[in-house]
Amino acid sequence: MAPVSRRSVLRGLLATSVGGAALSGCGALTGFATTGGSGMTFFSTQFTPVEEAERFRGLLKAEVDGEVSYVTTDPGPFATQIRTQVDAGSVRTSLLGGLHGDLAPLADGYLTDLTDLLDGLGDLGWPAEFLDLARVGTGRTWYVPWAQASYVICARKETLEHLPSGADVNALTYDQFLDWVTAARRANGGKPVLALPAGPKGLLHRFTQGFLLPSFTGGQITTYRSRDAVEAWRYFRELWRNAVPTSTTYDFVQEPLAAGEATIGWYHVARLINAPRDEPDEWVMAPSPRGPKGLGYMVVLTGMAVPRGAPEEDVAQQVIAALSRPAAQVELLRANAFFPTVRVDLPGDLTPAIRLEADAVQRQRTAPDALVALPPVGVGTREGEVSKVFKDTFQSIVLGDADIRSTLDSQARVMNQLLGELKVSCWPPDPAGSPCVVA
Amino acid sequence: MRSRIPWLLLAPSIVFMLLLFGWPLVQGVLAAFRSGDSFTVDNWTRMWGDAYFGRALRNTLLLTVVVVPVQFVLAIGMALLLQSRPKLAGVHFYLWTIPLAMSELAAGLVWLSIFSNRGYLNSFLSWLGIAPDGIGWLDYDNPAGMLFAVVVAEVWRATSLVFVIVVAGLQMVPKDFDEAAQVFGATAWQRLWHVTLPAIRPSLQVALILRTILAIQVFAVAQALTGRNFPLLVGETYQWYVNLQNAAVASALALVVLAISLAVSIVYLRTLRRERA
Repeated sequence: MAPVSRRSVLRGLLATSVGGAALSGCGALTGFATTGGSGMTFFSTQFTPVEEAERFRGLLKAEVDGEVSYVTTDPGPFATQIRTQVDAGSVRTSLLGGLHGDLAPLADGYLTDLTDLLDGLGDLGWPAEFLDLARVGTGRTWYVPWAQASYVICARKETLEHLPSGADVNALTYDQFLDWVTAARRANGGKPVLALPAGPKGLLHRFTQGFLLPSFTGGQITTYRSRDAVEAWRYFRELWRNAVPTSTTYDFVQEPLAAGEATIGWYHVARLINAPRDEPDEWVMAPSPRGPKGLGYMVVLTGMAVPRGAPEEDVAQQVIAALSRPAAQVELLRANAFFPTVRVDLPGDLTPAIRLEADAVQRQRTAPDALVALPPVGVGTREGEVSKVFKDTFQSIVLGDADIRSTLDSQARVMNQLLGELKVSCWPPDPAGSPCVVA
Repeated sequence: MRSRIPWLLLAPSIVFMLLLFGWPLVQGVLAAFRSGDSFTVDNWTRMWGDAYFGRALRNTLLLTVVVVPVQFVLAIGMALLLQSRPKLAGVHFYLWTIPLAMSELAAGLVWLSIFSNRGYLNSFLSWLGIAPDGIGWLDYDNPAGMLFAVVVAEVWRATSLVFVIVVAGLQMVPKDFDEAAQVFGATAWQRLWHVTLPAIRPSLQVALILRTILAIQVFAVAQALTGRNFPLLVGETYQWYVNLQNAAVASALALVVLAISLAVSIVYLRTLRRERA
């Protein structure tokens, strides 16, 4: 047999590589690993735990005609994916779901204007501040408010006996709350019983932004280093002494509560729901405490948006309309403990655990001195850095025992530099006014 | 015509490397110095002023300084043990290289189940009666405990890398040197220090550079064990890029890691380069 020449080998390689490229070009390019492939993709940062996602998929099948595949991810990859897909002009998803903080940075550039859709849905009763948030500081609406949640206290009934005399668990002040957890700790042999979400993915900075600081100082940003703020952080240091030390590993508080590592917890309603699910009679859910300036509470808002250049925009709009119906929102409450944003009367047949939460959230919202705090509005991609200021302050003052006054001053400088670059106007609870600065 | 064909064949690889390594590298380096479109060092001041940066730098250097010598001593010991051809030498070799196949994160999670407050170690200690309530190895206010846990997990996971390189180096050393030293009456320690170790100097140099650079980049193990309570440089890069969506500061941090790795490699190459005759 004649020896194979170099030229024929090279020709053969060229032929196979060209043929291979042609073949692979025919194949379908998939951008997501979805469960159950076809249909429109609903890409969201919400309901990442498997059980919540499964329940939501069941809800989608019941409420929406047609195939919708629900894909979840973390907020970081979410933003990167949408940005790169829109920039590349090949968008794979038609519907986005996320917190205000996930969608606001993408508005005006990466999302489709939904003002007409919102008008078309009619007056479903969304609160004005939610619609304001959905406009992200521009004149147009970028997402449709979907569901809301808040943060409440969850405790075992047996800890109620340690409440200070004269205190009503549904109307606690911060001082009474501190006395309660201290007494409970003493009764537990000196071991702390309070669980706080101080883990890496926990939302303890929402506690400082939306509950502690507004209740003590009346503001979130402008009063950041006032004398009342020093008081608030001193209180937080005291409170932390009564918190379980492993709180720095808690992302969800329901697991330590259910496992018995702690008996009192404060967290997001959707991430507390599993604790009382099995024995609702053993648990009590109470609104967050009130401080000298009122009952500051933060509202968590999720929304649905359509990315710019979405392949199936009409289907996405249908799904948004379907999920905005009062009946669908009540179903979401039943499934995943996220409350409706539209006007709806809650039915009487909710599960006991959800009923507990609904009552607590209602009490919080309708308190006479309620002070609504919103997560930062209009800060776009720098939302993480604004939260970082609060997290770093907690780390230095509460965990690191640093001097409160000097820490607040240095962090206020960081905050002012950030806000100075962003030039945003203040959001509730701070008085609206631009630009927003720490006094 | 004859001399151009090698370049033509190399061209695809060169283009591939430039596009997928060279261009992103240049972009990354530039990103650290850019804000919008203008040249600025704001990102560096931001990185420097961050409370976590100082701790991350200190923890990274401390971890490297502790882990690398321990691993070298262990790996050389293990390699010499194997060299004496005990029974079941093959089995031992496979067992000792299993951690090489594990991902960093998986190793971190395994050791988390041992070190966590209700983990195996605390259960064992309370069964022995030494510490009935367990010790908070990974508590945020126990920096020594966290360092210990991360060191143990890293040593367990990555010693096999050094071990494999040292074994390969040892196999290239002719047995005659060692036997000749024995004939001349050298003790085991003298043989090790004056004959074996100099003979495997090239392998040690490779292993040292490799292991130190990888130790500077430890991330997933510490993240799994301690979350953010034990910050490390690469962990901070991840935080800035993913959670804070600030690619510029993340780039700056990555450049710091690059600078340290380069400096360390140059130091190693210089000091281990003597006696090239």
